[in-house]
Amino acid sequence: MKHLGFHTLRDRATDALGDKLTEQLRSELNGETMTDEELFSFADFNAEEAERGGYSGYSYWRSSLRAFFQNKLAVFFLIVMVAVLAFTFIQPYLPGQKDPLLIHNDEWGLPLNNIPPCEEFWFGTNAIGQDLWARIWSGTRTSLFIGFAVALVEAVVGILIGVLWGYVRKLDFFFTELYNVLDNIPQTLLLILISYVLKPGVSTIIFALSLTGWLGMARFIRNQIIIIRDRDYNLASRCLGIPTRRIIVKNLLPYLVSVITMRMALAIPSAIGNEVFVTYIGIGLPVDTPSLGNLIQTGRSLMTVPVLRYQLYFPVAILVVITVSFYIIGNAFADAADPKNHVK
Amino acid sequence: MAKYITKRVLRSLITMFIIITILFALLRMMPIEGYFENFDKMSSTQIQVKLNALGLNDPLPKQLFNFYKQLLHVDLGESNVYRKGVAITEIIADKIPISMKMGLIAMVISLALGLPLGILMARSTRTRFKIGDKLGTVFIVLIEAMPSAVYHILIQFAGSQTFIGKTILGLPMLFDAANPKSYILPLISLSIGNVAYYAMWLRRYMVDEANKDYIRLARAKGVPGGKISRRHVFRNAFVPLVQYIPNSILFTLMGSLYVESLYSIPGMGGLLVTAIKRQDNTLVQALVLIYAVISILGLLFGDILMGIVDPRISFAKKEGSR
Repeated sequence: MKHLGFHTLRDRATDALGDKLTEQLRSELNGETMTDEELFSFADFNAEEAERGGYSGYSYWRSSLRAFFQNKLAVFFLIVMVAVLAFTFIQPYLPGQKDPLLIHNDEWGLPLNNIPPCEEFWFGTNAIGQDLWARIWSGTRTSLFIGFAVALVEAVVGILIGVLWGYVRKLDFFFTELYNVLDNIPQTLLLILISYVLKPGVSTIIFALSLTGWLGMARFIRNQIIIIRDRDYNLASRCLGIPTRRIIVKNLLPYLVSVITMRMALAIPSAIGNEVFVTYIGIGLPVDTPSLGNLIQTGRSLMTVPVLRYQLYFPVAILVVITVSFYIIGNAFADAADPKNHVK
Repeated sequence: MAKYITKRVLRSLITMFIIITILFALLRMMPIEGYFENFDKMSSTQIQVKLNALGLNDPLPKQLFNFYKQLLHVDLGESNVYRKGVAITEIIADKIPISMKMGLIAMVISLALGLPLGILMARSTRTRFKIGDKLGTVFIVLIEAMPSAVYHILIQFAGSQTFIGKTILGLPMLFDAANPKSYILPLISLSIGNVAYYAMWLRRYMVDEANKDYIRLARAKGVPGGKISRRHVFRNAFVPLVQYIPNSILFTLMGSLYVESLYSIPGMGGLLVTAIKRQDNTLVQALVLIYAVISILGLLFGDILMGIVDPRISFAKKEGSR
């Protein structure tokens, strides 16, 4: 019996369920002892009872949220992420914050460079005397902006093309061929090439990352739409003469909301990671635009000097917190949104 | 099967042609400084003379035609900045073996660690506390969620700068072909992502497979658990992963852009980064095209191998299927 552990566990669960049902039945028939004759006699027709049906009060979003909040780890990371995001955006308006680009000088006009974390500069200063605390939050804003922008483009373009690709049969061939060509170009390569050819900047990075980012989303939406577009309820809608746009918006897309959200949640950390990579190759953002990529790159070049390592630790820590939170929340949400996980 | 392969190969060739054309057109937009070693010191006439000599003032279709003609003679042009006047094919011939060697060792390591980890995790899902599964998941989530750029830096940092790495193990920060110790950190960097990847997917496929009816039957018949997971579950679960292996072998040709330049390994990936940093246009062009061709070939081999490994995949187009 020992190696049957899994199945005995599972059978125990089934037994428990069975017991519970018997229990419930018994309590419903509470105390009423019926004779066999009563049990097997016809029931009276009751119009009210007939209307009752099997409505269970199930709500998709309520169940999804409940399943999500049952995942303690995901809730923890959600709180962390909300806190970090909120702080990132209110930080410049707090009192006593410094300008991320301002070079701090001492009373003799010499730059206060490479000062380790102290009371005046919470995270220290960098090699030319800029305040690292201000730079990190400003950089986080830049990186998050890139991430959100890329995720948004991915969602909008991906959904639009995916829906057309899946729903309009005439376009299927065209989009399939287009996909085959574009999907064969390695994304890293395109990213490098675009950043190399165009002027480095936030918009270039967003453009380069968005150029192929929508492909995966579009293909995914297309496959899902093909699976569900000829289901009976959609046929019924079509027969009733409901316009295509309404079918797509009301019948098809709600089915996909959870997965779209998850893909967007995962697109954000990946965009941030790509920014770090492009900056490392030397075709990323210019130095006067602080970003997590820039800061990590600076920190990396200083890691051989033990006293300056704080310039690597702080940006890496923030970046890891943000990316891991997005990843875990995205996955937990996808699990929670799957109706299979709603029934316990 | 033969028909499917021919069709698939032809398709890949067409895709390759289209992609080379697109990339070639895109690469014409590169800043022209990248064709000269000392752009700033040259007069505009000199620049025009050189551009004419390189054929860069010709109309695009003609350039493209010349480029394909060159390709047939296995000629990718000459480097302008990186090693002036040296044929690019010659530069690459030195670099490929280094990238391949590192890549292949890393691949063996990731298979040797990733597969057992996946099996252990899958088997641990059937124990009471699932400790193995939970620990493995933490590792996988960390590696998957963190941008690779960041964990490469952390590995280099932890390995070569901290007390244990630097003082006790004596690991150097940069690669040195003569020093075996200097291989350790780049190899960890190269393989850790794939260890997580193989473990994650093998675990998922094995858990799916273990819930199938024939496995339950085998269990009911009293086949020992170890035998079930080795002979039935693992073998079937491994099939979807097989298609990544020829790809991985092929991709070792290109090396890893990031790891190679981080540890200054003189391989292909590092070469592209150097070429970009030093703005050597012809070298960038040659490398970009090689990369594109390799990834197309990778997809092609993956598809074909998939068909050979799993006979259930049918290549005949079903009637009425779309």
